[in-house]
Amino acid sequence: MTTNSDNERVDLAQIRERLAGAKGQQYWRSLEEVAETREFQEFLHREFPQGAAEWDDSLSRRTFLKIMGASLALAGLTSCRRQPVERIAPYTNAKPEQEYLTPGIPAYYASVATPRGYAMGVLVESHMGRPTFISGNPEHPASLGAADVFTQAELLTMYDPDRSQDVRQGDAVSSWDNFVNTIAPQLDELRAAGGAGLRILTQTVTSPTLASQMQALQEALPSAQWHRYNPVGNDNVRQGAQLAFGEFTDNIYRFSQANVILSLDSNFLLNDPGSVRYAREFMSRRRVRLDNLEMNRLYVVESTPSITGSVADHRQPLRASEIEAVARVVAQRVGVADVTAPELPAAVSSEWIDALVSDLQENQGAGLVLAGDNQPPVVHALAHAINQQLGNVGTTVVYIEPVEANPVNQTESLRELVTAMEAGEVQMLLIIGGNPVYDAPADLDFGSKLANVGTTIHQSLFFDETSATATWHLPGAHFLESWSDALSFNGVASIVQPIIEPLYGGKSAHELLAVFLGQAGTSGYDIVRSYWQNQNLAEGNFETFWNRALRAGIVAGTGATVKSVSLQGGFAGEMTAPPEGQIEIMFQPDPTIWDGRFANNGWLQELPDPLTKLTWDNAALVGLRTAETLGLNPNDVVEVRAGGTSVRAPVWILEGHPDNAVTVYLGHGRAFTGRVSSGVGFNAYSIRTTDAPWFTYGELRPTGESYALACTQDHATMAGRELVVSGTLASLREDPEHPPFMPHGHEYHSIYPDYEYGGPRAWGMVVDLTACIGCNACTIACQAENNIPVVGKEQVLKAREMHWLRIDRYYTGDPDNPTVHFQPMMCVHCEKAPCEVVCPVAATVHDDEGINNMVYNRCVGTRYCSNNCPYKVRRFNFLQYTDRQTESLKLMRNPDVTVRNRGVMEKCTYCIQRIVAARIQANVEEREINDGEVQTACQAACPTRAIVFGNLNDPESQVRKLKAEPLNYIMLEELNIQPRTTWLANVRNPHPTLAPLVPVEDHGPAPEEDHGTTPEEVAPADGHGTE
Amino acid sequence: MERRPQLFRPRINKLARVTIFVGALIAVELLLIMIVFFRSNFWRQVNIAIEQPVAFSHYAHAGVVGTDCRYCHTSVDQSHFANIPPTETCVTCHTQVKRDSPRVQPIWQSWETGEPILWQRVHDLPDFVYFNHNVHVNNGVGCTECHGQVNEMEVVWKTEGLFMGWCLDCHRNPEQYLRPVEEVYNMEWQRPDDQLELGQQLLTEYDINVSRLSNCYICHR
Repeated sequence: MTTNSDNERVDLAQIRERLAGAKGQQYWRSLEEVAETREFQEFLHREFPQGAAEWDDSLSRRTFLKIMGASLALAGLTSCRRQPVERIAPYTNAKPEQEYLTPGIPAYYASVATPRGYAMGVLVESHMGRPTFISGNPEHPASLGAADVFTQAELLTMYDPDRSQDVRQGDAVSSWDNFVNTIAPQLDELRAAGGAGLRILTQTVTSPTLASQMQALQEALPSAQWHRYNPVGNDNVRQGAQLAFGEFTDNIYRFSQANVILSLDSNFLLNDPGSVRYAREFMSRRRVRLDNLEMNRLYVVESTPSITGSVADHRQPLRASEIEAVARVVAQRVGVADVTAPELPAAVSSEWIDALVSDLQENQGAGLVLAGDNQPPVVHALAHAINQQLGNVGTTVVYIEPVEANPVNQTESLRELVTAMEAGEVQMLLIIGGNPVYDAPADLDFGSKLANVGTTIHQSLFFDETSATATWHLPGAHFLESWSDALSFNGVASIVQPIIEPLYGGKSAHELLAVFLGQAGTSGYDIVRSYWQNQNLAEGNFETFWNRALRAGIVAGTGATVKSVSLQGGFAGEMTAPPEGQIEIMFQPDPTIWDGRFANNGWLQELPDPLTKLTWDNAALVGLRTAETLGLNPNDVVEVRAGGTSVRAPVWILEGHPDNAVTVYLGHGRAFTGRVSSGVGFNAYSIRTTDAPWFTYGELRPTGESYALACTQDHATMAGRELVVSGTLASLREDPEHPPFMPHGHEYHSIYPDYEYGGPRAWGMVVDLTACIGCNACTIACQAENNIPVVGKEQVLKAREMHWLRIDRYYTGDPDNPTVHFQPMMCVHCEKAPCEVVCPVAATVHDDEGINNMVYNRCVGTRYCSNNCPYKVRRFNFLQYTDRQTESLKLMRNPDVTVRNRGVMEKCTYCIQRIVAARIQANVEEREINDGEVQTACQAACPTRAIVFGNLNDPESQVRKLKAEPLNYIMLEELNIQPRTTWLANVRNPHPTLAPLVPVEDHGPAPEEDHGTTPEEVAPADGHGTE
Repeated sequence: MERRPQLFRPRINKLARVTIFVGALIAVELLLIMIVFFRSNFWRQVNIAIEQPVAFSHYAHAGVVGTDCRYCHTSVDQSHFANIPPTETCVTCHTQVKRDSPRVQPIWQSWETGEPILWQRVHDLPDFVYFNHNVHVNNGVGCTECHGQVNEMEVVWKTEGLFMGWCLDCHRNPEQYLRPVEEVYNMEWQRPDDQLELGQQLLTEYDINVSRLSNCYICHR
């Protein structure tokens, strides 16, 4: 750490002044940009900071050359070696080839991932038995073909070389058989005692087979107890239903039916088990086209800025504790009985509430109110009551029996366990999955209480904090390696089928429980299969039923039925006012590594957070006003104090964060030393308690130190140009053919001749900015599909991240509550590409179908192309980023894409490998490629279908039709480089009585016709063209 | 001051000049030699038989018996990879034929132990080249065009250096080499006298877009 006088301070007051004085609509990415700090100017003008191309490890470049000169000379000669001998190992038995496998062609298997306990349908691409890509299963209700970042990144977790590879007894390496034999006598004792002293701790369980095993265990050992704990659980949802209906329910939302939606701190586009489907349904009502000028309207009252708030038509930041007040006021206004409403928080205007209430009342039966997991039970109950009052139940929201097996209040469940541990009543504790030593609330002090337990058995994928204190550690099997089953958020069952043998000899939870059931040695396959055989769901042959379930990825005839509930009165009570004068500390799961379970996943650690754009570490997020009051700047280290404990955290200023509050993301600061998770971030669990799992009160104390956070928001910046176009539905309706907020069309002329396209196809892409929710699914899909390496924090600080597809986030308006725009950005495949003309070795050239080809084997690494790219979408391998040593990671790579080495430029290829595969298939079958046959990885992963790719020469293609929409615009059109990727302007639907969030900008009169392109305009977009 | 005699006499100048020129010449020649060497058949192992773990004779199977290529290389018309057959393919015939021949013993060993036979790859392209058998054999590029007369080889060797220029020769002017799809696996196919005419006709028939064939992304990605 350094003292913070080294850094240039951002003058927040000056930023405010500049934004207030801005004429027209100004989009900005960061406060540094508005303040025009030195660092920002550097990123703006240089793409890579000064000295980024230099060798600056502990060795100086000079020393390095001295030492390495001779070895480099020798290394140069190694290229003059004969090609290494390659061996081909065919199968011995022809069965797999005859039945389902054509060597060289990937096979796809339907399965489900359970990244957060609930099933997400996936199709796993398998190259000769190696899973290489996870995409969504179109047949599965939670996926509909898309997949979230967690599901996709599970692939890297499976191959993670840091995964536990041995059974361990204390510090000694043991074996599974040894474990089974050693605990057999203990189990006999326990059986004799009816299971007294045996406790089992799991996370949320939706697997029907596991639930039936637990039931069998509890029948065999009636005194044994089953506890459940998830650090990011839905206790509040359950308690809220209990308050409102007197019983537990799960809520299923139908966003496709909703005209008006009010989210009370619910990040339903990211945090819910049904988020991927919800995002699709929600956006299906926001696709404004010439033939559809209708949109839903989203109001969001939220604490921590989230992607849901970012796409809202009206967003109101409030501290988590103040949201109950809004819920009460709305409930009272729509006529819910027995609700007392306090004063509105000062930040909320009464016009805002008026507009919201009138919208909700006008759309009875087509409105929806939902509350976030972090809101207290009463807010959930109020949301239920409002929905009931407005007749929304049955249309936009339905209730089902909880999907989770034996739902309990998990915090209470864990507390009971800890109490029993403290009292010495626990002889054997079996922990399946989870990591309570790390993530249990700090006041329970789970780790030290483990000492009172006779034998602790922990099964997990990693040898983590809990494993380190356990008597036995058992490596778990990943879902790609084992048989299991799971339920989706709406109760549809799926079978988990293995794609590969366990890499590190892990066992599944079913196989572990079989040991406790006296069935040691039974395979996971037999356990799962016999469970389903006993369900008698098959009409006719079980084999047919089973194979169909495996092939489709869902079990026919399953799914929750709608449950009727009746609202109980008198639940609301009085609201207790939050304490004054203290800072509110709000806990949130990390948007990229969740509760810490993905902490060792490099893809997710390096994935920029959707809003802060921070990679690797977490930070204490504060709003502009709070930062001003406390005199804080980004990167300053503060002490976050709550209830006698504290944690040191670097500060990050997040536009739109409520005042007098700080958000800390969970999941970082792991003691577990994986090669990725080591030394990343701070552990927010250390100040989280059972009484206040989501928000508490405390203080922020500056320490005078600073810590470098790796943030990508100023990387690849193109400041000062009109990159995002946005407008309102009302102004679009005025003139749908020529929306007033769209830039005027110009006619440009180029000195370069037009490229002659010889092929029947011209590939192009359209990205709908209205539909983009910034969830990052496309970035991870691209990374997995195209073998994109992880570079590490040090390299991100130098703007060397390798993501081919980044999501730029722009703000506009009031920095305390700005409007957010997301813009996915990747190579746009210009027809007159500036990169092509400057390459001295013709390593980047055009092809007949309009794709800008990047030829790695020709590239010598001059970086001229990147310097000349106005969109800054080219990435350079400054160092050997691809790990060529780790064996397991070699298995993971896509064999259809070259693995790049040091010194090579790379960029988006429009997933050329997928195009080529389709082209060859069509050629052999003597037909044309159908529209939608080639889906780029980003397009397929997108939950909202914001990305559309296809053949522009096909008049019936979806992409061609979208390009004809009036909302279609060309980014940096004035450069006249004719990109093949274009964007659809972002349209919002604010309430007419509220000040529009997005002011309509006057673009001035159309320019003269003879506005030719001047040499300055074709010059590199970084404005000074020389470097 | 005493005048010292000149160390170098004037005619040394000539030597210096000659040395410079000869040196440059040697450098250029070395370069040329290296280029020739690294492009040579010796370095590329062209026409050098590659020993395999099984003394399998293409001559006996494809030549004498006349087995079709696709009997073993099953996926050649479906996939980028032509496939090396599983041991079972060998076993199906050799339970009947030459069961006890010592040359077949490695096959039996593999069949009994389940250990795959580790064949050595003969035609090995660099990893940044994505060759696809499927699209070639379905568009009239015969096996022998690249692999030579495999039916006459006891042990297979490369007949071509697999240089990019060699690939491009056909990618730019495929009409020189195309044959009807029915003749692709015919080892005895001879180009007719009107090859160019036939080629042109096949180009149209198979809808081959020649200008696209020299795009980089056709083979590299």
